[in-house]
Amino acid sequence: MATTYSTNQFRAGLKVTLDNDPCVVTEVEFVKPGKGQAFTRVKLRNLTTNRVLERTFKSGETIEGADIVETAMQYLYKDGEYWHFMDPKSYEQYQAPAEAVGDAALWLKEEAECVVTLHNNIVIQVTPPMFVELAVVEAEPGIRGDTAGTGGKTAKLETGAVVRVPLFVEVGEKLKLDTRTGEYVGRVK
Amino acid sequence: MKAADWEPAATLAALRLRARLLTRTRDFFAARGVLEVETPILGASTATDPHIESLRTSVGGSARFLQTSPELFMKRLLAAGSGPIYQITRVFRDGESGARHNPEFTLLEWYRPGLDHHGLMDEVDQFLQEVLGCAPSVREAYSEVFERCVGVDPHGAVSVELQSRAEALGLRAVSSSGFSREDWLHLLMAGAIEPHLGIERPHFVYDFPLELKALARVREGAGGEPDVAERFEVFFQGLELANGYHELTDASEQRQRFLADLESRRTLGRAQVPLDERMIAALERGLPPCAGVALGFDRLVMIAAEASAIGSVISFPDDRA
Repeated sequence: MATTYSTNQFRAGLKVTLDNDPCVVTEVEFVKPGKGQAFTRVKLRNLTTNRVLERTFKSGETIEGADIVETAMQYLYKDGEYWHFMDPKSYEQYQAPAEAVGDAALWLKEEAECVVTLHNNIVIQVTPPMFVELAVVEAEPGIRGDTAGTGGKTAKLETGAVVRVPLFVEVGEKLKLDTRTGEYVGRVK
Repeated sequence: MKAADWEPAATLAALRLRARLLTRTRDFFAARGVLEVETPILGASTATDPHIESLRTSVGGSARFLQTSPELFMKRLLAAGSGPIYQITRVFRDGESGARHNPEFTLLEWYRPGLDHHGLMDEVDQFLQEVLGCAPSVREAYSEVFERCVGVDPHGAVSVELQSRAEALGLRAVSSSGFSREDWLHLLMAGAIEPHLGIERPHFVYDFPLELKALARVREGAGGEPDVAERFEVFFQGLELANGYHELTDASEQRQRFLADLESRRTLGRAQVPLDERMIAALERGLPPCAGVALGFDRLVMIAAEASAIGSVISFPDDRA
């Protein structure tokens, strides 16, 4: 059962349920006109859509907490509709729709260790590992002499991601990539 | 408790600035022949304002309230013939904590017999120029500032119109059903207007809608103009700095307003407080026509110190008290 929080317990980082969606409180401001009603103005980020919202509470009003858990999980496979993950401790499996997986889909290879955010035990967000190693499936032919890596070209990876790589990269090579920026880090021997 | 919690929250430089502002304030009033007075912090009665909570204590077993403002006592002095008076005193309001609020804070309050709210605005303006060294103020009627910043007539608009303007400006109440016209006016003022007022110089807003009359005199509108409360507020650098009235002097009207406040408190589920019969008796004896203003002294120091949190101009704010 979710806890209820009153305005005087509001703090940045608090996870709450607003209009049935899980949100995290990012800013709290106490507003009290000299003679008027006291308000608490709050900025929140919707954890499902990442949209930033603003709401005003009368002091003393309450909001329901959100049951949010972040767990390390292994990506198993994708069927027609869902991505499937497994908690390596409990062996429990979870499925996530495309909206929850979002851009993480570009980096997910089977057996990848991800952080999965659960709201009421439902996957709402998937964070891929910071670095992944993926094979190049499509790229223009490499230019051998260009070991300095000046210039560049695009390459398509086995997960479907298209990234900017140095000219010397060839199809079949394995690359290390930073998933936060989508940048090429290096070749994997 | 953190290891450094014994230390003052304000820097010594801020405390020295605070002391200088106190001296300048006393010099300002001394030069004008305004008498400095002191009135009780422990009172048998207290303010009835629906949205101000008094702290309760007792003396020898009988109830006392820590005063939320020296207003009621100062009016008794005026009725006794004190002439112009001022006071710098600590006041207490339960539940008020935040970047601009501390549950105990310092008010500078003064009264001028013979002046109306416009006359007193002139003096507050001079005070700010002298004490802060700021530019002369600008003044705008409450209706003008609402038309300009929100695009609505604050005297005539009904609650749902104010709500739709507030929502269009990004001010959404989590449960709007309990919001009165007064609540929307306050929220629009705090959220959509105040941030734009008094950036360069103090901004005075005057002649308020009747719901916000508090203890101000009501002026009947002539020629189709709405009735207004002769009240003003001063906004400067994002802060509500002062609140003044052309004071209500009618004792029976005063009693009606106290009773209406107590009724609002009942509706809001707030504690009842005893009605201040001594203050009403003073009005029956005769409060001279006058204007009065209360100015948040800590906020004045915040402006002078360019501080964004009230805790940085108070030696020991509530979390270290």
